[in-house]
Amino acid sequence: MKLDTDKEPILRVEKVSKAFGGIQALNGVSFEVHKGEILGIIGPNGSGKTTVVNCITGFIKKTSGRVFFRGRDISNKPPHKIADMGVTRTFQIMRPYFTLPAYKNLVIPLFSPRAKRTGGWRGGGRLGDRNTVSLDILEEIGFERDSYVPYKTASTLPTGYLKRLELARCLALKPEIIICDEVFSGLSMSEIASMVPLIERLQMEGITLIMIEHRLRELFRVANRIMMLNFGEKLTEGTSEEVMADERVKEAYFGSQKVEEVMRHA
Amino acid sequence: MENNTQRRKERIDRGIKVRTDGIYALMSIRELSYLLLPRLVLILGMLALPLLVPGMYWQRVITITCIYALLALSFDFLAHYVGLVSLGGAFFVGVGGYMAAIMNTTFGLPPWLTVPLAALAGGGICTLLLLPCLPLRGVYFAIVSLMYPLFVARLIEALNILGGTDGITGIDGFSNRWAEQYFIIGILLLLLFGVRRLVNTDIGLVLRGVKDNDQAIRASGMNVTLYKAMAVYIASVMGCLGGACLAHIYMWSGISQFALDFSILPIAATVIGGGGTLIGPVLGCLILVPISELLREFGTLRIVFYALILVAFIIFRSEGIMVYGQRKYQQFERWTRI
Amino acid sequence: MDILIYGTINSVTLALYAIGFAMVYGVSRLPNFAHGALYVVSGFITWSFLNSLGLNYLLSIILALIATAIIGALIYQFVLIRVRGMEISEIIASYAIGLAILEGFRWGGFKGLTYTLPAFIEGSVEIAGVSVDYQRLLVVGIGAAVVGLLWLFTRYTRIGLAMRGMAQDERAALMLGIDSDLIAVVAMGFGSMLAGLAAVLLLPLGNIVVEAGYNILILAIAVCIVGGLGSWMGAVLAAFLIGFAQILTVVYLGAHYQMVVALLAIILTLILRPSGLFGQQKELEERV
Repeated sequence: MKLDTDKEPILRVEKVSKAFGGIQALNGVSFEVHKGEILGIIGPNGSGKTTVVNCITGFIKKTSGRVFFRGRDISNKPPHKIADMGVTRTFQIMRPYFTLPAYKNLVIPLFSPRAKRTGGWRGGGRLGDRNTVSLDILEEIGFERDSYVPYKTASTLPTGYLKRLELARCLALKPEIIICDEVFSGLSMSEIASMVPLIERLQMEGITLIMIEHRLRELFRVANRIMMLNFGEKLTEGTSEEVMADERVKEAYFGSQKVEEVMRHA
Repeated sequence: MENNTQRRKERIDRGIKVRTDGIYALMSIRELSYLLLPRLVLILGMLALPLLVPGMYWQRVITITCIYALLALSFDFLAHYVGLVSLGGAFFVGVGGYMAAIMNTTFGLPPWLTVPLAALAGGGICTLLLLPCLPLRGVYFAIVSLMYPLFVARLIEALNILGGTDGITGIDGFSNRWAEQYFIIGILLLLLFGVRRLVNTDIGLVLRGVKDNDQAIRASGMNVTLYKAMAVYIASVMGCLGGACLAHIYMWSGISQFALDFSILPIAATVIGGGGTLIGPVLGCLILVPISELLREFGTLRIVFYALILVAFIIFRSEGIMVYGQRKYQQFERWTRI
Repeated sequence: MDILIYGTINSVTLALYAIGFAMVYGVSRLPNFAHGALYVVSGFITWSFLNSLGLNYLLSIILALIATAIIGALIYQFVLIRVRGMEISEIIASYAIGLAILEGFRWGGFKGLTYTLPAFIEGSVEIAGVSVDYQRLLVVGIGAAVVGLLWLFTRYTRIGLAMRGMAQDERAALMLGIDSDLIAVVAMGFGSMLAGLAAVLLLPLGNIVVEAGYNILILAIAVCIVGGLGSWMGAVLAAFLIGFAQILTVVYLGAHYQMVVALLAIILTLILRPSGLFGQQKELEERV
């Protein structure tokens, strides 16, 4: 897929830093995302991946730095305003409304002002009956409509469906960007295999995706670009091949020979 | 106990056969009455109550019961459908009482006008004052809401405003006691079914979402504080309504309307009746208030009594009467062999 | 000068009220709303030992402290442990117990001037032109000693260390072989004993009245909230903050405002900085 990188990026993150007390979780991270691309963010545990998501979507206050969406500064906006502009996210720890049926879970985001304006994922500016719209979205994302699955209570759904439900919650807003916090983790191989085409389809429809992942093999397949974080700093950025070839990436994930030697002598 | 290992309890649904979540297909008169009977019993029972009890004194007790029921309803709605546990129901009562008192004594409005006006305006005041606390969660909101009525009471005492410790006297009573009773019973029934309807609409779903997972609500582009404020307004209107009626019944409004009684008894009633059912708290009040009235001659012993009932219920039957009753009504149980 | 002296005394008093509450909350995350009731109970037990049984004053104080600790532990073991983890039920249950105790006392005719404890040492001394009685000096001394001992206790004894472990992370503590239920019971006992200690120290300065139970609960909560729930040292610092603020308002505005200060402190702290002035939980909470 050809990307026009000369244009203004849809999302620009400028030198974002975040400190929790004395711990520097993010240290001057900058990157850009262009419309329609999939950016993968990788990094070992504790490297600040989720913190980046939280900073962009306004769930935590940045210590410093700025975020621009379509050239507009969204650094100090509250989370619901940012979501209202079309920058949505999923959560790493899924917490659907467990006591409600799956389709009722979607009725809630459909109540939001943005959903009313856009009419949901497929809506042409007008929102129909929320239950119907919610079933439509669920059907497209892989909840078989004529089965009982969309009517099951969320607490009884398997992980694969819950991940889809998280995505559906974003899609209900007809988003411009979806930031996926580990949608592949905890899924079986076959579930991932069916999730990958879904991600590709979302990209085809013009939704920009930022994917935070530990499942590198699948991520490298779908992502246009990969950014690597380590200890809260951007280590490297490039295409899948470039990042895979980078020695520092291996070092960060598997530890370097040198470090092991030092450890042995100590 | 060997016998028990061989058998298990089986629960079988009674009632309507063709149904899904909230939608029923009624097939017979029996099924219709299955649905309608409990509601009719409640409505007719409440309406008949003033006719059944002996004497003025017990009729007054019914009125007070209904006021407590309003407070319990407001507590239950906030705690179980929005996730804001307010231990300061007395704050709503006090604000409503003082509002009605001021409207009546200063502007000379009649009771049937002051009550709704005091409720709407008082609800607004309460919501505005509670607005800064709305981002708080769990125990923090509970503590701060507990402090509000105490704070206002001390402030009135210290500044000696609004009649100081004497309160505002000379408020008009209701024109006659039948009007008084049916007015309050009517309001209670209206609000009870109104709130029940509200929590099952889409906006009620959003409110429940606020309780379960406010992060997801935020991520969906909705302002959590706005929805919380809306819910607090609804709850405080109910509380202020109770307070305003109280002021007219006693023809007096004072700092004792901020007393802990109005915070604690509704909570006790909710725990006993069954939280999250909305009807339960009303039933709880129908049980607790008359009992506490019977024990009036024992003075503060009645507070001891209902505090102990409350503890017992929290420990041994935290689901409450209503949930228990609903289960028994909707399902029958039998032992089956395994 | 008298502001300084009375401010210090008032602050130590507040710290004594609050430290038991802070301890119980710190260890088992239990907001013990029966704290004020335990205070009154302890005063009453001391009084009955002293006057009804005619025991020695020191002996009756020690017995009363032990009895209060046992009562607190029993309340925990038989009631609160069943609602553990459900914060709201904890509040309602402990508050109901406190209410039952206090209103029970009120019903039993527990009021009036008869219920007073004698001062430990009669007489007063003049400090920088301000007359201070010995009892108040004793309060300051013992208060400081309690804070110091508690600090040592949590750092150098097994139970104290276990409490700190539980305060930080209960699950990790469980995995290290700390019996969390037992420690919580012990903490509740200790917390009750501290409430009792505050009672026997401070009651000789006034009467034993039921209202004290409610006021002390509010003051303890105020101090703990301002200091940050669960932080003991924060509570001590906050006690000084509120203590001096109260004395200043009494001097410049009038005695009516004393309670208003405490309530205002709670409301403002919760609105502006829910983790308290010295608490560290906010940063943690912010992590999604």
